[in-house]
Amino acid sequence: MQGAGLTARELYCRRGDRPLFGGLDLTLERGEALHLTGPNGIGKSSLIQILAGLRKPSDFLAAKGEGFSRGFVDWSGSVALLDGRLALDEAVTLDRALAFWTALDGSEKLTSKHAETLGIEALMDVPVRYLSTGQRKRAGLVRLLGQQADHWLLDEPLNGLDADSVIVVEQLIADHRGTGGIAIVASHQPITMTDATALDLREYPW
Amino acid sequence: MVIGTLLRRDLATLLPGGRRGGTLLPLLFFLAVAMLYPFAAGPEPQMLARTGGGVIWIAALLAAILPLERLIAADLEAGIFDQLSLRGISEEWAMASRLVAHWLAFGPLLLLATLPAATLLGLSGETVRVLLLGLLAGTPGLAAIGLAIAALTAALRQGAALAGLMVIPLAIPILIFGAGALSRPDTAGLALTAAISLGLCAVTPFVAGAAIRAAREG
Repeated sequence: MQGAGLTARELYCRRGDRPLFGGLDLTLERGEALHLTGPNGIGKSSLIQILAGLRKPSDFLAAKGEGFSRGFVDWSGSVALLDGRLALDEAVTLDRALAFWTALDGSEKLTSKHAETLGIEALMDVPVRYLSTGQRKRAGLVRLLGQQADHWLLDEPLNGLDADSVIVVEQLIADHRGTGGIAIVASHQPITMTDATALDLREYPW
Repeated sequence: MVIGTLLRRDLATLLPGGRRGGTLLPLLFFLAVAMLYPFAAGPEPQMLARTGGGVIWIAALLAAILPLERLIAADLEAGIFDQLSLRGISEEWAMASRLVAHWLAFGPLLLLATLPAATLLGLSGETVRVLLLGLLAGTPGLAAIGLAIAALTAALRQGAALAGLMVIPLAIPILIFGAGALSRPDTAGLALTAAISLGLCAVTPFVAGAAIRAAREG
């Protein structure tokens, strides 16, 4: 279960003219977890997007006379992302919306099991737009599980969830780490993850 | 396999009656223009036969603008393209599939609707033939311009209105050669229209893909 799953070096991030964080290096072994904390607007979601490869790390001035440089993110294995955007079609029923992703991921047979784990098996024939905040989050978790990715990036996974669901999610993260997956979780709600490294982005000012 | 899954979802979303409220409205709009024109310009058969083909081309161009509003913006907001990207499916593939689906959702129906529209304007059989061939050659180009503009404006507020305005000048070459073919004895106009369309369809997935990636950096 050992070996680097994630190597990231010299991550800097700027939104518009505003520098958010800088000089961040990350190395996570397989099975490790990272809990991102910090106040709103510090750049947690931006960091998640950089780690997901959706946003490029910002250029920074390396040293006097050396010009601009840019950090990098390197994963061994596939990465799944769960953030505030559900990526499910609002107008169709939940099972049809999920079917698009499971067809791409080749995990059609697992949907009902995952839905049962998250307690939304009774909602599968309800259009996505009628789901409540917590139900939407759980539907997103079913999509995440269906991807069967090696590593997880979770941006506020507990938002809107009831106490029972929080325990389910904590258990899912633990199981995922047990199979050698990395979990990086941005959350300002307390979340129980054994031996998780805590990272406060305030300690990495640009 | 992957492209088939993408295309199925795009078609289910965009076809009339689809989940994104894909409707017959652009077609009804197209027919309404053909119906209104004789009321506005007068019913003389020669005049209608001479100018009717051009009117149908303009109506087709405007009808192609109507579906742009929801073509990209909703999926961008929902994070669909991010999730595809995490699965190694490039924005270019997603846009190629979207281009095919967008054309299928309005092109063939527009060609069908051209027949009643031509009847309303009293166009001759030969004119209708050139008109149909011209629209067949030109509508993929219109779809490509529309998709590229929709992707470029998806992340903007008021993007939809802007998209409509931006499509019009870019569509002028297709309009010139496509409608121009109606008054030519040879097929050069049709060939040029098809050539422009092919070029646009080849470039659009890359333009639109780059636009989606750029929208993430905002």
